[in-house]
Amino acid sequence: MSERSSLSRLLLVVGMLIMAMAAGILGAHAGDVPLPAVPKATGGSCVAPPDVMRRSHMSMLQHGRDLSVRQGERVEGGRLTGCISCHAVSDGKGGAVTVSSPQHFCRACHDYAAVKVDCFECHASRPEQPAKATDAAPDAPASSYAALADYAREIAR
Amino acid sequence: MTDRSQSFGCGCGCGSKPETVDAGRRGFLAGAVATGATVLAPGVTLFAYGTDPAEAATGADPKKRWGLLIDVSKCADGCTACVTACQTENGWKTTGRPATDPQWIRKVTLRDPKSGATRSAPVMCQHCAAPPCVDVCPTGASFKRADGIVLVDRHRCIGCRYCMMACPYKARSFVHEPLEDQKPHAPRGLGTVEGCTLCVHRVDKGEAPACVEACAGAGGAILFGDIADPKSEISKVIATYATMQIRGDLGVDPGVRYRNL
Repeated sequence: MSERSSLSRLLLVVGMLIMAMAAGILGAHAGDVPLPAVPKATGGSCVAPPDVMRRSHMSMLQHGRDLSVRQGERVEGGRLTGCISCHAVSDGKGGAVTVSSPQHFCRACHDYAAVKVDCFECHASRPEQPAKATDAAPDAPASSYAALADYAREIAR
Repeated sequence: MTDRSQSFGCGCGCGSKPETVDAGRRGFLAGAVATGATVLAPGVTLFAYGTDPAEAATGADPKKRWGLLIDVSKCADGCTACVTACQTENGWKTTGRPATDPQWIRKVTLRDPKSGATRSAPVMCQHCAAPPCVDVCPTGASFKRADGIVLVDRHRCIGCRYCMMACPYKARSFVHEPLEDQKPHAPRGLGTVEGCTLCVHRVDKGEAPACVEACAGAGGAILFGDIADPKSEISKVIATYATMQIRGDLGVDPGVRYRNL
């Protein structure tokens, strides 16, 4: 008797599990959330293939930030700054959208995945706006060093 | 984080090794420009994303110690060129409430009560050799770079403000309000402490700090250089003339020196 009741109980549990799984599968199909529309990047190829970037961009950024901030090992064009300038999304007025816009490159996926990023509490979420496009010109140091050297000679005299 | 844990094998001590290596599961050596691939065995490829060794970034040089020499006799009383240049370069401005204003750099006027003589000089982070702000920081956010530049790593800063209390020069300040559109090279944000970075982004490119460049065109009172190198211009001036550190008696050995103070 007890053997029989435990068997029927097992069957009941298995049956309920199957029903729950079926409901889950059907439900997922019924309420599909549209996939995020990821804005196209403006530059050439990325530092790594898309599948690698999707999975590991956070590790790469965390590793890079320690190198930049603590070791002073910089890369040409910047790390996060490089990502931000290549993945800037136009606001239609000659500028780029900030992270407050849902069109922002990072938000496109992060809103979908419901993952909060706090990078932009300190970092700029768009490239520096056009007024100062000459910022990247690497010609300044020579002249400034020359002026300093002149000054140093003068002060030493 | 899951990526990292998955790259350490099965962890049960059985000595089994993954037969193939999925590029997506690898920990990354560096998030940078060049991509290298090495075939270890048929079907096993090691990917490395990092700077090409030939053009590897050198980073902060421990043999250097960046410092400033400020000739107070050349610093005009009303001139704020250095402060304005710092604001433009690093994207900060006064809040209109002096108690919570950013303290990257400020002009201080000194007055001898006996003679009435006044002196004006800029005061910023003194980039101490033994920085009290680093001693007190509970998270390691306040740190000294190998080349002597004292910085706040905002990734680790919890905004406790111990460093502000420890600093004898009042060179640190706290960001009380949310910010937007910071300069890409000078991140700063709500809930973290900030201060003069000696324009570390410019120094790493081989340029002089913004205040030094601005001052060169407005009196030429600030000299920037490597004070650990006896052959540098700044070291020669320090060796030749009497210069002083503010509150040198504290033993923190500031990297910013003053002449004619």
